[in-house]
Amino acid sequence: MVDTLTHAREVVARVVDPEIPVLTIEDLGVLRDVEQDGERVVVTITPTYSGCPAMGQIEDDIKRALNRAGFADVGIKVVYQPAWTTEWMSKEARRKLEDFGIAPPTAPADVRCPKCRRGDSRLIAQFGSTACKALMVCSACGDPFDYFKEH
Amino acid sequence: MSEAVVSGVPQGMPLPQADSPLAPLVGHADDNLVLAHRVGEWISKAPELELDIALGNIGLDHLGVARALYQHLGKAEGKTEDQYAMGRTDREFRNLLLVEQPNGDFAHTIVRQFFFDCYQLQLWPDLARSDDEIVAGIAAKALKEAEYHHRFSHGWMLRMAGGTDESRQRVRDAIDGLWRFTGEIFEGNAAIYRDGWDGLVGDMLGETGLSVPDDPYQKTGGRVGYHTEHLGYLLTEMQWMQRTYPGLEW
Repeated sequence: MVDTLTHAREVVARVVDPEIPVLTIEDLGVLRDVEQDGERVVVTITPTYSGCPAMGQIEDDIKRALNRAGFADVGIKVVYQPAWTTEWMSKEARRKLEDFGIAPPTAPADVRCPKCRRGDSRLIAQFGSTACKALMVCSACGDPFDYFKEH
Repeated sequence: MSEAVVSGVPQGMPLPQADSPLAPLVGHADDNLVLAHRVGEWISKAPELELDIALGNIGLDHLGVARALYQHLGKAEGKTEDQYAMGRTDREFRNLLLVEQPNGDFAHTIVRQFFFDCYQLQLWPDLARSDDEIVAGIAAKALKEAEYHHRFSHGWMLRMAGGTDESRQRVRDAIDGLWRFTGEIFEGNAAIYRDGWDGLVGDMLGETGLSVPDDPYQKTGGRVGYHTEHLGYLLTEMQWMQRTYPGLEW
């Protein structure tokens, strides 16, 4: 029998990013802490970017997931310090990201195409489909791809 | 503050006392909110799709910073972020005149952004050392984003200054038109940011051979609520929904 806090942690850790559904908020490093305060479960998250529009959705998803698992009273705490960094993204998360077709964060010179897996690509646009991504093109296969910016 | 009551219209709200450590935060939040709205006006009509996306993303970052600051202010003052953004009149906004200036052409937008980014690169490292932990956290985050915005505006300054005669002339016109709003950035305690800003802007001028107007005239007033006429129109559009349906939530 797992204790309730462990259970709450497992439930929250399974919540996925609404824009990159192969990654959980734990993979991304957005999930910082899950605590219990009496009946209340308090989840601490940190935004990837100040204006990341997915944050509202993530908060709703966390609440919904916990409610469904039987936790009625949920609080969300958003912290900015220390500032989120792509260094918190696990190796496993980076692999999943690449398989999904998004080049994982690395120094811009080391970016490799997630499709043909070769290096040598160049930046097309500094800002991509979401705040956390830039748009690059592969010099080998010619395909454009999203690159998760090192931040 | 006006005592007039118009039924159904959100009334003005008291701001922190001028000597409160929170007072300057209203200005920083307002700068970011107003500029977020301005760059957002480019969405669907920027010169290229990539620029549309870039300006939209930059706007989102500014909006995020503004929201974080309003939420922090709201906690201390028992208000919501919407009350700050949607419940104040132009006379109660404390943003710089620079950020409320109309987008003009793309050169005006970029020069305005470049001047502002150079300022934010001085402000956030300073506030990241704040005794107020929340402010320090917001500032540390905002600094990373400001660096990225600066890379964008700096790149476009170079490209337009070194592009065609037409693009170079447009950057010149934009610098001439916006220069008079830059002095205000360094009023009061913000004087400490002057040297750093002068360095960044001076490097750009040196690199491109561009120059600033000889005319020393500088226009100020934003930090005490005296704005150019443009802010009223911007707020009318931005606050329309909340003024029509006060308290509306999505």
